[in-house]
Amino acid sequence: MAYNLKQEMNKPERFHSGHRLCAGCGAGIVCRAMMRAVEPEDQAVICNATGCLEVSSFQYPYTAWEDSYIHTAFENASATASGVEAAYNVLKRKGKIEADRNIKILAIGGDGGTYDIGFQSLSGALERGHDFTYFCYDNNAYMNTGTQRSSATPRFASATTTPSGVESVGKKQNQKDLTQIVVMHGAPYVAQTTLFGNMKDFHEKAHKAIYTEGPTFVNCLTPCPRGWGYPAEDLLAICKAAIDTCVWPIYEVVNGEYRLTYEPKKKLPVEEFMKKQTRFKHCFAKGNEWTIEAAQEYVDKKWEELLAKCK
Amino acid sequence: MSIRERLSGNEAIATAMRQINPDVFAMFPITPSTEIPQYYAQYVADGRVDTEFITVESEHSSLSACLGAEAAGVRAVTATSSAGLSFMNEVLYVAASSRLPIVLAVACRALTGPININHDYSDSMAERDSGFIQIYGENNQEVYDNYLQAHRIAEHPDVRLPLMICEDGFITSHAIENIELEDDEAVKKFVGEYHPENYLLKKENPLAVGPYGVSNYYMEARVAQAQAMKNAKKVILDVAADFEKTFGRKYGFFEEYKMEDAELAMVIMGSSAGTAKAAVDKLRAEGVKAGLIKIRVFRPFPGEELAKALKGVKAVAVMDKSEGFSACGGPLFAETAGACINMPDRPLMVDIVFGLGGRDFTVEAALSVYDRLKNIAATGEPGELYTHMGQRER
Repeated sequence: MAYNLKQEMNKPERFHSGHRLCAGCGAGIVCRAMMRAVEPEDQAVICNATGCLEVSSFQYPYTAWEDSYIHTAFENASATASGVEAAYNVLKRKGKIEADRNIKILAIGGDGGTYDIGFQSLSGALERGHDFTYFCYDNNAYMNTGTQRSSATPRFASATTTPSGVESVGKKQNQKDLTQIVVMHGAPYVAQTTLFGNMKDFHEKAHKAIYTEGPTFVNCLTPCPRGWGYPAEDLLAICKAAIDTCVWPIYEVVNGEYRLTYEPKKKLPVEEFMKKQTRFKHCFAKGNEWTIEAAQEYVDKKWEELLAKCK
Repeated sequence: MSIRERLSGNEAIATAMRQINPDVFAMFPITPSTEIPQYYAQYVADGRVDTEFITVESEHSSLSACLGAEAAGVRAVTATSSAGLSFMNEVLYVAASSRLPIVLAVACRALTGPININHDYSDSMAERDSGFIQIYGENNQEVYDNYLQAHRIAEHPDVRLPLMICEDGFITSHAIENIELEDDEAVKKFVGEYHPENYLLKKENPLAVGPYGVSNYYMEARVAQAQAMKNAKKVILDVAADFEKTFGRKYGFFEEYKMEDAELAMVIMGSSAGTAKAAVDKLRAEGVKAGLIKIRVFRPFPGEELAKALKGVKAVAVMDKSEGFSACGGPLFAETAGACINMPDRPLMVDIVFGLGGRDFTVEAALSVYDRLKNIAATGEPGELYTHMGQRER
């Protein structure tokens, strides 16, 4: 059935308002969309890494989650999900869960809990082949502790541990390409997306990921107003700029086959993405023009590599 | 009918696990506990159990997977030692505060540095405040029997706490001894099925586990957890009583060995107690009123009962097989001394740290401790409060 935003929005909400995420944060949108991708007749167990989302969505005695939810620690969402999946398998096998009940196991974490501290646990769970879907809401830094750099922080972004200054133009290293690393694990479905348009891209990828057997992965660029420095209402404009500049390419990999799912009509220069955010402000200062050139060069190189894979 | 066998402590634990047939076993190897999941992997391979056996990539993940499984509504177990237990540290606290009755077998081994694979309690003692129940065995039989009682204690509605079954690395884990095993069906009947009240996979009632607890709620959660640990005392004794009725072997919080009229006593744990008992027997034959208390349950700590058992004793040596670096004694000493604090005419007490990293503990060494106690009792002077024993002088 073709995607219809209106119909999707009429589904009963499975991630409720009243959570404590910031205005203009993308994580809440990711959660709502992720839960809309679970068929209404199916149940889910969400395994959440420590982070903004966890402290904002499950503050005792309230929870924003309609489905079962477990938070254990920062670095072990995938291992926790492995255990939930094992329990589900054994209960199904022993006939203790009705044969017609379908429970989807989802893990979700920020880039800190996914690219960095939770990387080992994620890699282990991918390699073992558990039937679960990992959603990374990549907001490009450790936001819960106040915008410290992560391996997902792009080069030149000012973070609280890589601040810009007279001797510094922000983070020195490029972003770790986690999506590619997950592809290399041989996961049957891997996708990169963000929040744009009518959320069709996110929805279709989330649905495919959740309903593909085996370990699947969706990496969603998820802007953070406090860490990136933008007014709350610009959230979607920033996502759009990220995909139109190809800073964050939109694609999926099905059993190793690459497919571009969004190609900008006109590829915009990177400053269209960077100028909207205070974390790149210093790049526009006199004498730092080279940073924008270097950023452009890197984006172009990565984009060409991806296009070659998608052919 | 029990079955006479010859098994190592590790195989005894693996056998108990096989008989119980837990739903999930998440494993990562570390010496000297590795054999437990290895034996178990063979049971899985041979179709003797129907456990989901997850071969994870670290101890942090093995306990995390157990946490996920137990929260999802099934019995989950694992095993570890030393650095593996330390690596689990964060998750141990999460398991306990989430009130998930995971059973963790620990083949106790020294912590690094320098790296050492032999026995002491530096690993399990470092986790004494994690919220896990800790039960220690002197030999293979006790370790097996303790394991058979573990799930019933941990899963009891008044408790709902994770539990460590501790054996002495290599000394118990690898030494093959005679053992009486119980019949598979009898074990299954004794342990029973697991019926959690609420769990993630329950159809009617979704569950949320692991909240952010602000200051308004955190303390209540911790007090409830502390109460559960207090409640565990009664449950441990109840389960032990049923165990004795069913299988005939008696257990309590600790074993009192020749304590009826003892004037000199050791408080000790694990396999070292076997060595010390030989010293007590020798002294008793010479007319010396020596006795020994072997702690079985370290968490919850049976302080009141221990103080009662030490009543009338003149001098006590607390034998710590781990170094706490507190500069005033090891963890068993702190607990024992604390337990006796309000006791009228409490015994004089010293702490002796011994056997670190597998350093041998002999009958002669135990006799020298009683010699020291004799002197303390005679002079009324405890001397140096906190000493080490068995190390080279230079």
